[in-house]
Amino acid sequence: MMNYIDLHAHMVSRTTDDYHAMALTGCVAVTEPAFWAGYDRVSASAFADYFKHLTEFEPQRAAKYGIQHYTWLCLNPKEGEDRALAREVLAIIPQFLERPNVLGIGEIGLNRVTRNELATFIDHVELALEHNQLIHIHTPHLEDKYKGTKAIVETLASNSRIDPSRVLVDHVEEHTIRMVLEHGFWAGLTLYPMTKVSPSRAIDMLEMYGTERLCVASACDWGPSQPLAIPNCMFEMRRRGHSQQWIHEVVYANPSRFLSQNPKFRLAPLEQALVG
Amino acid sequence: MQIEGSCPRTQRELIELEFIEHRTKILDIAAFLDRFDRSIEHNANDDFRIKAFREALAALNSSEFGRVERIQMLLSDLSSELRAERDGQSAYGAAKESEQ
Repeated sequence: MMNYIDLHAHMVSRTTDDYHAMALTGCVAVTEPAFWAGYDRVSASAFADYFKHLTEFEPQRAAKYGIQHYTWLCLNPKEGEDRALAREVLAIIPQFLERPNVLGIGEIGLNRVTRNELATFIDHVELALEHNQLIHIHTPHLEDKYKGTKAIVETLASNSRIDPSRVLVDHVEEHTIRMVLEHGFWAGLTLYPMTKVSPSRAIDMLEMYGTERLCVASACDWGPSQPLAIPNCMFEMRRRGHSQQWIHEVVYANPSRFLSQNPKFRLAPLEQALVG
Repeated sequence: MQIEGSCPRTQRELIELEFIEHRTKILDIAAFLDRFDRSIEHNANDDFRIKAFREALAALNSSEFGRVERIQMLLSDLSSELRAERDGQSAYGAAKESEQ
């Protein structure tokens, strides 16, 4: 069995059985970006409760299965339209940034690619720069993917204070991967049954673009998604004829390289991880 | 980007490994279109999604490499203007003609 890191997993919406299955298939760490709850929250205090959950309860739940839990904080792009709420949430985020499992700001980005969403995205980028945080970026869905990714990449590229090696642009697909990699960012391929990429398509892109600065993740959440998407993809990689070393680069070494830019990310030996 | 020889399987191996899976998928698409024709009411032949779907099928039939990327672009909003305000939380899967 090969160990892997799931760089994008919304574990608050998954069962404990999922942690168990992930542990059995070699998952040693997850990173959980802040997410939309399925409805628009109406106050900053709801976010404070959520950030507490992400930084206190969830790491304990994961540790029981030997999985290290890290997180990213933000107001998710789906709620970025409400500028007043965004300002309130941005004001409370710094008090959580020093917590031991917080790796940076994310997943920030765009949803329906509106003016307000872009303004909220820029505010989050400024917060990350001010506090020297890694950035994890969500790109929009389906027909909005190309336009939104282009707007995000252009916004970041115009800011000379951004170091692209400290930014991961997630949910890339065939029509957006090139622009992300060419600008020096890390890119994430999220393995989703329908609306993102299948394991086969993710492997196609890895074969054509190479493995440098590319990661895969499940992005599992409360929608149709698979917490075991990475081991399924690893099986497909073997079936495609790729070596163990090639697979290790993608599912373990690459996410470890990106995340280790924050010194709080340290992979513990399994026997230590199991006692938390 | 490397295209030539980037897949480690031979064409013969790919057929042995994946033909049945993709045969199933193409039959599912054909069945969806037949079901659409059999529908109790023909009220969406000009829906922007089905029009984009038919354009994508035409692009699928191309013999030129790069089919996925071209189809992705056919199903994308290619405008560059930001929306003035949010019109909902979910995307549709194809761009409305007014946004192209």
